[in-house]
Amino acid sequence: MVYVLALNPVALFRALPGSIAQGLIWGIMALGVYITFRLLDFADLTVDGSIATGAAVAVMLIRGGVSPVLVLPIAFLAGMLTGLVTGLLNTALGIPGILASILTQISLYSINLVILGKANQPVSVDNYPLVASLRYVTDGSTTSKLLFFGGLLLFLIVLVMVMYWFFGTETGQAIRATGCNPNMARAQGINTDFIKVLALMLSNGMVALCGAFYGQFQGAADVNMGRGAIVIGLAAVIIGEVVFGKFAAKRKYAFAFTLFSVIAGAVIYYMVYQFVLWLKMPSDYMKLFSAIVVAIFLAIPYLKEKNRMKKGVARK
Amino acid sequence: MSDVKYALEIKDVHKVFNGGTINEKIALNGVNLNLNPGDFVTIIGGNGAGKSTTLNAIAGVWPIDSGNIIVDGTDITGLPEHKRAPYLGRVFQDPMTGTAATMDIEENMAIAYRRGERRTLRWGISKSEREMFREKLQVLGLGLENRMTSKVGLLSGGQRQAITLLMASLKQPKLLLLDEHTAALDPKTAAKVLEISDQIIAENNLTAMMVTHNMKDAIAHGNRLIMMHEGRVIYDVSGEEKKNLHVKDLLAKFEEVSGGEFANDRMMLA
Repeated sequence: MVYVLALNPVALFRALPGSIAQGLIWGIMALGVYITFRLLDFADLTVDGSIATGAAVAVMLIRGGVSPVLVLPIAFLAGMLTGLVTGLLNTALGIPGILASILTQISLYSINLVILGKANQPVSVDNYPLVASLRYVTDGSTTSKLLFFGGLLLFLIVLVMVMYWFFGTETGQAIRATGCNPNMARAQGINTDFIKVLALMLSNGMVALCGAFYGQFQGAADVNMGRGAIVIGLAAVIIGEVVFGKFAAKRKYAFAFTLFSVIAGAVIYYMVYQFVLWLKMPSDYMKLFSAIVVAIFLAIPYLKEKNRMKKGVARK
Repeated sequence: MSDVKYALEIKDVHKVFNGGTINEKIALNGVNLNLNPGDFVTIIGGNGAGKSTTLNAIAGVWPIDSGNIIVDGTDITGLPEHKRAPYLGRVFQDPMTGTAATMDIEENMAIAYRRGERRTLRWGISKSEREMFREKLQVLGLGLENRMTSKVGLLSGGQRQAITLLMASLKQPKLLLLDEHTAALDPKTAAKVLEISDQIIAENNLTAMMVTHNMKDAIAHGNRLIMMHEGRVIYDVSGEEKKNLHVKDLLAKFEEVSGGEFANDRMMLA
């Protein structure tokens, strides 16, 4: 009873815009993860490093006087470089995908420290005209809130449109074919090594772009901010698919709907996250909680299939 | 150099798998073969004779140890698999291998239509292509022309093989490689896919190689037949001589080279 009374519904409501904003920003990252995990069928753990790289590059450049808008494409390019490294480790040097991405991720920890100079570097919205900030959401006027959310949504819509277009082009089709069936892709003259590297670069570019937004949003870049990012990205992809999968599948622009559902998945993730925190669950447990959620949702299709096979055998 | 331009020349090709280990397997032991343009050769032989291995060597799935492979006058021995694709149409034993299951029928065809071309940022399929694909699908008589935006993964094995055959011929290949492409199908579907194969080869005037375990099919299709054994071509007939072949002739030939091991073999009598 005391516990229930201690819960404050107003606080939950107040936190809602913040978690939605956080979810939308992480949606960019989730789209990047979707490219590798779903389209390329490559479990890319580079993202834990590249998201921090994006934030580090953005924050340090802003502190050096570069425009907070201009740092976004620069962070994207930095992220592409990290994807290039993972891709070359995998295709040119023959290192298995997961291991290649872990090697890049670990090396990025050092590189991010070099970029930042120390473990954490702040960038205050008081001193710089940041494109995103938690303050716009919590303390800002209604206009500034609308401007922020409107701008963010517009950006995401444009991003989804660009992705929809790109994955419908000859090159985009080649990426999807490579992820689906590399043997077929090669038989049709697709250089699957090149395609893998390209997809990893685009994916990590987007992850770093998310980092550049997120660093500004939270007012700092931290060398540890990417720890477990892949799990959040996967959670967003999977939640999006489970919640909106059927809704998206039968539509004319199914792929665009799928991409939007991935973003929605990230928003749901952060809303649930906020809710669980609100229930006064210690934040130390959140990574455990996220991992369990992802493990359950990843296991569901497998268990369903296994169950179906058992039944099939029984019928015969 | 001779004046005759062969569609395919295989010159003394050798391939050993797991060389130097206990699992060492001499897969190709000096394969020599020349195909004239328009040849449709069927390839038979027991397990491990080197039939599929020969096709994979041509396709460049892995590098060969020695020898040369020349397609239409171009030596492709040193090219990686994807760079050989412009010369080759391929259909595989497993219907899953030739198509991308999570992509639409029309997307699969569009990808095949661009075999050997640079993949740009143009839209992946055009209106006129879609119409052309529809006409080609209609000829198959499987009703697939009305399901062009269905995922290929929803189709049956026979339908997938039929589409893979179409895909292999959309962009005229110098050589069509059929690697036991009916082995995974039921007899009725297999017959239909063979019929489609004949049709596509004749229409496009293709040079083709078809590996099969079915001696009757090997005799009934194509203008030439070769038998492989222990990584070599041991028998090569064409023209009238091939037409007059009977299964029992092939069996006799096969027993002659392989001794008693025939009884355990997968090669089909019917």
